[in-house]
Parts: sequence; C-alpha cells; structure tokens
Amino acid sequence: MNAPESPLLEVVGVSKSFGGVHANENVSIRVNPGEIVGLIGPNGSGKTTLFNSIVGYHPVDGGKIQFAGKEITTLRVPEIARLGLLRTFQQTRVYKQMDCVQNLQISTPAAQMTTGSLFVRVPRPVTEKAEALLDFVGMSSKRYLLAGDLSFGQQKLLEFAMALMSEPKLLLLDEPTAGINPTLINGLIDRLRRANAEFGVTLLVIEHNMRVIMNLAQRLYCLAQGKILAEGAPETVRQDPRVIEAYLGGH
Amino acid sequence: MSNTPRWLYLVLLAVGVFAPLLLPQIASQLAFLWIMVVFALAWDIMGGRMGYNSFGNILFFGIGCYALAVFQRDLNWGGYWVALPLGLLFGGLLASLAAVFFGVGMLGLREKYFAVGTLGLGVAAGEIAASWGYIGAGGGLSTVLMPVAGNANVYWAYIAFAVAVLTFFALKRLYAGRIGLALGAIRDDEDKAEAMGLPTTRVKTLAWAVSAFPLGVAGGIVGNMQGFIDPRDIAFAGSTYGTWMILMAILGGRGTLWGPVLGAFVFQITKELFWVYLAEWQRIALGVLIVLIVVFFPRGILGWVRERWPQRFGQRVVEAA
Amino acid sequence: MDNLNLLFQAPVLSLGLVLDGVLIGAIFALAAFGLALVWGVMGIINVSQGEFVMLGGYVTYVLAKYGLHPLATIPIAAIVLWIVGWVLYRTIVYRIVGRDMFISLLATFGISQVLSQGMNLAFGASPVTVDAGMGTLFLFDGNLTISGIRLVAFALSIVIAVTLWLFLRRSRLGQSIRATAQNPRAARILGIDVDKVYAHTFALNAAICGAAGALVAMAVIVGPTLGLIYTLRAFLIGILGGLGSVLGSLVAGIGLGAAENLFGFLAGSELQQAFTFLLLVAILVVRNWRLQRHRKYLR
Repeated sequence: MNAPESPLLEVVGVSKSFGGVHANENVSIRVNPGEIVGLIGPNGSGKTTLFNSIVGYHPVDGGKIQFAGKEITTLRVPEIARLGLLRTFQQTRVYKQMDCVQNLQISTPAAQMTTGSLFVRVPRPVTEKAEALLDFVGMSSKRYLLAGDLSFGQQKLLEFAMALMSEPKLLLLDEPTAGINPTLINGLIDRLRRANAEFGVTLLVIEHNMRVIMNLAQRLYCLAQGKILAEGAPETVRQDPRVIEAYLGGH
Repeated sequence: MSNTPRWLYLVLLAVGVFAPLLLPQIASQLAFLWIMVVFALAWDIMGGRMGYNSFGNILFFGIGCYALAVFQRDLNWGGYWVALPLGLLFGGLLASLAAVFFGVGMLGLREKYFAVGTLGLGVAAGEIAASWGYIGAGGGLSTVLMPVAGNANVYWAYIAFAVAVLTFFALKRLYAGRIGLALGAIRDDEDKAEAMGLPTTRVKTLAWAVSAFPLGVAGGIVGNMQGFIDPRDIAFAGSTYGTWMILMAILGGRGTLWGPVLGAFVFQITKELFWVYLAEWQRIALGVLIVLIVVFFPRGILGWVRERWPQRFGQRVVEAA
Repeated sequence: MDNLNLLFQAPVLSLGLVLDGVLIGAIFALAAFGLALVWGVMGIINVSQGEFVMLGGYVTYVLAKYGLHPLATIPIAAIVLWIVGWVLYRTIVYRIVGRDMFISLLATFGISQVLSQGMNLAFGASPVTVDAGMGTLFLFDGNLTISGIRLVAFALSIVIAVTLWLFLRRSRLGQSIRATAQNPRAARILGIDVDKVYAHTFALNAAICGAAGALVAMAVIVGPTLGLIYTLRAFLIGILGGLGSVLGSLVAGIGLGAAENLFGFLAGSELQQAFTFLLLVAILVVRNWRLQRHRKYLR
C-alpha cells in the first residue's frame, strides 16, 4: 500500500483561492489503484473545492493534477470524465424526468457512446447490467419510477449506481451517507466496499460521519483551512492531536 | 404512450388519404395542417425533448423556402417533378447544415441566452433575405407553379402528408434509440450529463440538425404552394409560423411523441375558427392563447394526461422480484 | 467600399454618424436598464420590453395628434405604461415569477405578440413618427447636422437615468427593490412585501420603457413590429454594460447606437437591423466561450 510506482490520482501542490479566500493551499494527495481513501475535515475546509479542482470545474491557481499517468490539470469536466474519473454530488444530480432504468442506460462508459450508437436502441446487455446494478443498490422495485419522484436517499443510491454503470477507474464520492436513513448506512458502506472489491473501482470519499469513514477507508487525509493537516491510517489520523484540535477548536 | 392503438394510425391514414379527395376546397388548409404537424414535431426535438427553447427555428424553414425556389429557378434538373423532390432534399440538407454551423456557437448557450440568441438569429435571417438581391430581396421571390391541371393544393396536401408521416416515424425511431435518452439527460441536467462523460455537444448538434431537416423541407413546400416567398411574412415569419410551432408543441404536450401532433390538430382548427369568428383579432387571440397555455397549462394536453395517469406511461412500482 | 473611403476622407461625416448614434443610444440604454432591473429583481427576461417601448411611443403619437406638445407627453406615456405594467403584473406576471425560465420567456413572448398585434390593429402596420418641432443644428458650414430633438432626447435620457439611479439608492422603495434583488427570502423576513416590490419593479420598468418610447417616437419612428429589435438591443446592452449598472448601460447603449449607425452607412441601411441581431448573437457566443471554464492557469 505504501507508494507503489504509479498512483492512479496524484495531486501535487494544488492551490485555489476565491477572491482572496484560500480554499486550497498547496494540497497534495495521492490515491493508488484499488484503494479506498477518505478525505475528512471540518466544514469549509476545502474538501469539495478540491474535488471540483480534480474533476475540472474550475482552473486551479497552481499545482499539478495527474490521473492514470496523464496530466489533467487543464482539462475540463467532460474530457476528464471520459478518462474514467467521475464524481457524485453532495446534492444529488439525477435525470429527474427519466425512470431509474433510463438513468442507468444513458450512463454507459463514454467509449461506448459513438455517434452510430446514438441512433440504435439500447443493447440488451446494457439494460441487463442496468437492472443488475439497480438490484445491487437495492432499488429494483423502483426501477420504473421517475428519478425525480424518489426520496433523497434513493436518489443518492441511484446516482451511485449511475456512476458504477459507467465503469470509472476512480470515483469521487461527496458525502455518500449525508441525508441517508441511518439504518441504511451499514448497507451502503458494504456496497461501497463491494464496488471497490468486485468492480475494481478506486474510491476517494469525502465523509463527515467519522464512524463511516473509519470503517470504510484504508487511508485518510485530513484537510483543515485549506491545508493537508494529517494523513495516514485512519486510527493514526483520528488520534492526531492536530486533527482533534481542528475538529474541536476550528469547528 | 408506448403502445399507440392501431385505430389511431388508421384514422389518420384515412384523413391523409381521403380528405383531399373528398374536400378539395379545403386542400390548402389540409396541407397546412400537415405542415403544422411537421413544425410542432421538429420544434419539440429541441424544446421538448432536449429542453432548449429555440425561438428561431423559423430560420430553417426560411432556408428551405428559398433553397427550393432557387434550385428550381437556376438548376431545375430533370424538369419540375424531378427537381421538386431534389430541391426539397436540398433545402432540408441546407437547413441541417445551417444548424450544424450555427450550432457550434449557439448550442453552448443555455436557457435564456439560447432563447434570445435564436430569436435574434431568426429575425436577422429575415432582414438579410430582405436585402439580398439574388433571392429577390424585399420584393420577394416568385416560385414555379405546379404544372397540373386543376387544384394543385390537393397534390400539396398529399406531399405534406407524406412529409409529416415520414417525420413522425423517423422521430419515433430516433427517440427509441439512445439519443432519445441522451436528449432527456441534457434536458434534465446538462451539467450532470457532462460530468458523466456524455458527448453533449455532439448530441445537441445532431438534434438541431435533425430538427432543421424537416423544417427545411416544409419551407420548400410552403414556398412553392404559396407561389411567392416574402422574406419577412412567409420565409422568416417569426411572428406567425415561428411562434405557432412553439405554441403547438406546448399545447399538445412537450416531450411526448403524440403531443405535437395533437397540438398541431387542435391549433390548426382553433386558428381557423379564430379566423372565421375573430377575423383580424385572430393574431391577438393567438397571443393570448400562448400566455394562457404557458401560465396555466405548461405541460400541455398529453403532459397533463401523463401526470394524471403515470402508469399508462410505464411508471410503476415493480412488486418484489 | 466607396462609403468606407468616404468616411476617412470626410471626418466630419463620420463624426456626424457617430454622434447621431450616440444620441439615440442613450434611449436604448433606458430600455436596457429597465430590462436589467426586472431581470435582476424578479429573474424574468421580459421579451415584451420592446413592445412596451412602442406602446409608449404610440401614447405620444396619439396625444400629439390631439395637440399636446410632444415633450409634455413624456410623463404621460410613462404613467400610462406604469399602469399597463401594473395591470400585467397583477394579471399575469405574478404567476410566472419564480417558475421555470421557459415559462417566463414564453409568457412574456406571448404578451409581446398580443401587444404588437394589438398595435398593428389599432394604428396600422406602417411606422409613424412625431414631429417635436425642434429643428436642426448646422455646424461646420452645414457639414455636420444634429437633429435638435435627438439632442434633447439624449439629455432627457441621461436625466431619467440619473433620476432612476438616485431613486434606487435613496428612496425607501428603491432600497426595498435592491434588497429583494439580492435576497428575496431575507427581504421577506425583514418585513418587505416582496410581491408589492415585484409589482412596483415591473410597473417601474414599463414606465421607463414608456418614457423611452415617447423619445423614440420623436427622435426616430415607432411601429407595431419594431418592438422586437428594442428588446434585443436591451438584452445586448444589458450583457455588454453589466446588468443593473446605469453607467455601464449608458456606455454600452451609446456604443451600440454609434456602431449601428456606422454599419448602416457602410453596408446599407437595410442591413442595419440584421447587424444588431447578428451582433447580439456574436456577443452571446463570444461571451459564452470566454465564460466557459477554460481550465488554464489563471496567471
């Protein structure tokens, strides 16, 4: 686990400020293939900003981002998505006027979306995979309902399934358990683990719920006031006095 | 409506085939009815399926108008009956080409910017046509008359019917394909679609080009049928045809297959009734109609039906599988 | 290109063209500022903006016919349009505030159709103008002519713009309007009657258009189908000058007026409108390209 030759995602010294507020300052993280890495930090510490920098929502002020050996610092969202780096949103983003199966059918890997394929019907295997994934996230019975009619938690599961459908190499999850019924959280942790193990999706997870992230992640980064405060095994990070200070003091 | 009852097709087929023969005196209105269907169907690709409200689709209609007329005037390959389909095809292709060309810049615009931008494009086209000598400038352009004895409008009614039928089935086929889903994704959340790696630019350009083609063909038909093309009142008539296509698609139900067809029927009948009973107040009444429909009935007839009976449209809970 | 050479050989002529555009451009800026006001406060693009302007022009036209001095009709046009705006808000517009952009675009588009067809019916299709009897100024041995009414219209536009600016800064209603624009929910909590603010905003916008229309009737022409170009000009100026900025709108409006006139002279006046529409399209597209997140290092 320690620093293999080529990390899947490598962020080196990235800084981003919004009108004088330093949201990220010289942040460096790396995610190795097959890992589950957690990103924690108090509110406003710059976690989502870092996600946005990685997936291409805004230009960064300095630093370098590499994904699968390719420099993506200046690429934009669609280009990065096509390389197999996807993210989910804190507030769910699903196609509200389409049913769940359709939501998944249109989330196939970018490479399959050739101009010719646009004009033909969705192939049978794609639909089967869509239904299998809906089953995987426990939404099989809802598959013909409009996504907009689902509850927030269900939309989150759907969004997760959509992400899996497009077979990303790396998936950035922005607070996957926020707004989800607590009794379902264990099931979700289990699914995230299985997605990692069975589908080979590397995960980088922002999470507020300490119990979840301690259970899920193999390594943690802690951001506070835009800087990386600590990194390492979950227990080490949790017991780091600076992290405790940031959570209790900074709040 | 995933499974359309067969009788509906049969009734429409009967209307299309027999009405011009039985009622030749309203053949021109019948032809316009089918043209209206084409208008609404074509607009709905962008406005209904993709959520891009184009106020300037009249551009493609106008291009088709002039394309056929110029084709007949300057080339006229193979005489009238060969040049007509060729010219219609040419008009459609030219319109699609224009969609691709303008799409490069315009389709990056969202919501109000797209709406206002296309509005500008449609009117600009009319102004340019009105000052371009090659196509008759402001004086307009006379078109070739159909070399038939008797009522040419009967022929036009058939041609327009054929175009409407082709457009309908082509779109039905298209929406069943992946692009139908892609359009829905762009309508519902384009940023998400982009973040998922969907080739949004390509999909949008394709959709606009597809929507332009039948409009170009319809333009050719109307220009020829009228025998005269006025740049502002026929070819790039934003305040009549351009507005009506939007109205019809909303009235019937945006984003549904039959909605635009239904909207076109209801509209064409209403319009003619307005004309009979309200005369010159007709256009004011149509404006009022737009406001009323948009404010009180934005989902349209079929949209309302779908909301009422979602199961009919396949939305249902599947019992534990 | 003959005209291009002419422009360089006769600087006074170019000056005249630019000046003429500048004077008209200030009126455009008024309509643009109103559009931006409604956009900023209510989140609605009023597609019937230009028809409001035309309606104001026709008020002046009718009153002048009855012998009123055209300049005296400006406040009346503003008041009439205020009422029109108020009525439209109370009947239709309040139903579309806060709904889909699609709905407000189409609803105001419908209103524009009703107004333009109504004016067509009432006043006929051909444009009209009102003679304010101001004469023409001749400068440089008559090489430079300035229409007196355009000069007055320019001055009045500036006066109206400045008054508006002061009104929005200083008056209580103006402050409520600005507070609502920034955050309607917070404004509501502070006890501002947001619905009333919307009504006033929409009516105020109509009144601005009414005054602008009165000036248009005297300085240029009004016609039932000429509204659309004013709407699009307003949109263009709003985008160029920065939404809600009085000074920005004035500068952009003046610039647009001058550019239109120069282009009209060079390419022929029949293409002048097309120029405006295409300029709008071009600026939208260019602006969008610039706004797109080009992921480059900022420095």
